[in-house]
Amino acid sequence: MRIDWPAHVVLGLGVLLFALPLWLVFAGSTQPADVIARGELSLVPRLDGFGVYGDVLVNGNNGQPVWRMLLVSFGMAVAIAVGKIVISVLSAFGIAFFRWPGRGLAFGVIFLTLMLPVEVRIIPTFSVMAGLGLINSFTGLTLPLIASATATLLFRQVFLAIPDELVEAARMDGAGPLRFLRDILLPVSMANLAALFVILFVYGWNQYLWPLLVATDPKLDTVVIGIVKMIGTEAAVEWNRVMATAVLALLPPVAVVVLMQRWFVKGLSESDK
Amino acid sequence: MRRTIFPGVGLPLLLVAPQLLLTAVFFLWPAGQAIWSSLQRQDAFGLRTEYVGFENFSDLFADPLYLESVGRTAVFCVAVSVLAMGVALILAVFSDAVVRGKGVYRTLLITPYAIAPAVAAVLWIIVLHPQIGLLGRWLNGHGVAWDYKLRDAQAFGVVVVASAWKQVSYDFIFYVAGLQAIPRSVIEAARIDGARGWRRFRTITLPLLMPTTFFLLVVNLVYAAFETFGTIAALTGGGPGKATETLVVKVYRDGVVNLDLGSSSAQSVVLMVAVVALTMVQFRFLGRRRAD
Repeated sequence: MRIDWPAHVVLGLGVLLFALPLWLVFAGSTQPADVIARGELSLVPRLDGFGVYGDVLVNGNNGQPVWRMLLVSFGMAVAIAVGKIVISVLSAFGIAFFRWPGRGLAFGVIFLTLMLPVEVRIIPTFSVMAGLGLINSFTGLTLPLIASATATLLFRQVFLAIPDELVEAARMDGAGPLRFLRDILLPVSMANLAALFVILFVYGWNQYLWPLLVATDPKLDTVVIGIVKMIGTEAAVEWNRVMATAVLALLPPVAVVVLMQRWFVKGLSESDK
Repeated sequence: MRRTIFPGVGLPLLLVAPQLLLTAVFFLWPAGQAIWSSLQRQDAFGLRTEYVGFENFSDLFADPLYLESVGRTAVFCVAVSVLAMGVALILAVFSDAVVRGKGVYRTLLITPYAIAPAVAAVLWIIVLHPQIGLLGRWLNGHGVAWDYKLRDAQAFGVVVVASAWKQVSYDFIFYVAGLQAIPRSVIEAARIDGARGWRRFRTITLPLLMPTTFFLLVVNLVYAAFETFGTIAALTGGGPGKATETLVVKVYRDGVVNLDLGSSSAQSVVLMVAVVALTMVQFRFLGRRRAD
């Protein structure tokens, strides 16, 4: 107990470093825009200022209501997370539980995609999307981000750790491969699925560069895009609305991570990214 | 390897097909196209395209602006990695030491992982903005001419801090896991030998965390190089001038804003080679760690 207090001081400073900007943006969102612009931002939230949240949700910025942006972000995050999980579970199952010619090659090709993050292939991927007519569509927003090696590698590892006895027992009971996948493999891998969902939801929600390129239609603005657009016009920034939008933009992924912290931490340190 | 497998060829092919299809359309095709257009050049009106071999690459590496951007990106990556990992290590060590409140600290310290890079930039604008920011205003009031939108060094410092801030959570999680993996017996033995505090950390804890540190270094370098676009775009947009223009920002500016496709494709190919090299390093190392 005696050596505890220096540790609490260091950790307290750490928490301050991470919580202060968050608190500042929350407190600021409730204060009048002109007060903030004068540089009189206070750390105490004003109870009468919460109306700004309704205002940005309904009226938003440049005629784009924030509720729509949140909906696009949410749809994008869920589509990416679910899409990645479905595709990866299937392909990892096909690779781990079957022997077929070209299996090694297929795995190699999937592995290769680990090395090509969207940031290094923006221009060529964009022209492919344009060729397919997917610019300014929800499909274009999500589909290119769904293919990924990370999840496939993780599930392959999980599947390889399933004891042979379990597979044998299932086969002895007459279960076919798909039945085995549905009734045994998926229930056993539930913790991994949950962890991966958190990681991928956050990944999808937080995308910036890809939506910026592929969705120029303001109706497809995610909330992350929307907020950067709001601060883009330095001249007349209404800071309380920017801050309220920032709070709305960070709340959903933060809530998912905090609520599912146990699975998420375990999944992250096991998947080795 | 697995002994028990299911028979059949058609079903597994069907199972793998969706992923292979997406990979081919959105990874292999674009990557091939990047290589192809990196070997070509368009005239000023975009009417004719001709094959120029490796000219785009030789131009690139002869361009002082590009070389500057390479150097700037290297400094940026190292600064972000060292800062994020250093802070994460300190916090992880102390959170391992406390008895009470461990869970609360961890939850609070993990939270920034969930915040988008571009939103993290907005948070830091509110702290550092020269007119409205809490810290920015304080600096200006105390004789520091603070305006990161105008001064190169300040802008660079700001994007480093905001980028590192977001990465600390990730590093923290891995350092906490690394600390928990240190056997109690080793700590006990050190205690009996009288090693405590800083000495124990330096001679026991730090060496045992080396594998984690090396793994994190690669991950952090990749993060700083490729995933900070949102942070930089929202904070400074690569400016003032080119003060915060990292390689990814430059690809975006040259390709999307200035529409110089040949050069931008060549830059993309260089970046791909860099990621492949880093991933190779990471997997060689991970392979070794598994065998340990």
